Amino acid sequence: MGGLASTDDEGFRKELVTLIPHLRAFARTLCGDATAADDLAQDAMLKAWDARASYQMGTNMKAWTFMILRNQFYSEKRRSWRQTQLDQEAAERTLMAVDDPSAPIALDELRQALRTLPDEQREALVLVGAGGFAYEEAADICGCAVGTVKSRVSRARKALQASLEAGAYDRDGSPAGEAMGAILADADRLSGAR
Amino acid sequence: MIDHNDSRPQSDRDDASLDEARLRQQAIGVKLRQMFDQVVNEPVPDDFLDILRRADERKGGA
Repeated sequence: MGGLASTDDEGFRKELVTLIPHLRAFARTLCGDATAADDLAQDAMLKAWDARASYQMGTNMKAWTFMILRNQFYSEKRRSWRQTQLDQEAAERTLMAVDDPSAPIALDELRQALRTLPDEQREALVLVGAGGFAYEEAADICGCAVGTVKSRVSRARKALQASLEAGAYDRDGSPAGEAMGAILADADRLSGAR
Repeated sequence: MIDHNDSRPQSDRDDASLDEARLRQQAIGVKLRQMFDQVVNEPVPDDFLDILRRADERKGGA
């Protein structure tokens, strides 16, 4: 490898390192289980590093790495026929894990409601609603049409709201239907604090 | 949901429920970003950088 290539590698590595926290966050929304999510994020990071020659400097590296992570997630899921079952168990473990009293109720409820969405709706909503991607970028990441992303996001938003309003997750004596109220109150508090 | 006791004109009720829906979606959006950012702001576990360093050395030796 020549001197120029190693300089490129260094720049690539630096940018990749800054993306690790975002890859972890995206993986967490796909997997639910925090340990499985970090494994996925590490695999994606390594795949991105190994494929660095095919990355064009100056293009959107965040979208590129998210696409790698997402493809990795689905190919692993396809590989194992038991995965659906495992995902379910992992999701249940995670739900119990976040069930600690110090976790704000609104976030907890949102996490649980998110898990009930179909994968493709959840990823679209997370990319656009939390990851800061434009619809066009999310479409590139998911390998589908822009219109498809828009309709998935819209369906996800409606389903999430309905699920939170229904209070399908009443637990430990917390009354059903409180989730939306808690989220509204908390969002108020957050925007007031700014 | 239809409230038969609501005496306001239909259009006012539609506006109000639209506003309410928008408010709720905004609130969900705020929490969604907070949930994501919480993980973004977590310190990165050391193994991430270790793995990358090892991959770097592996290629560097070639």
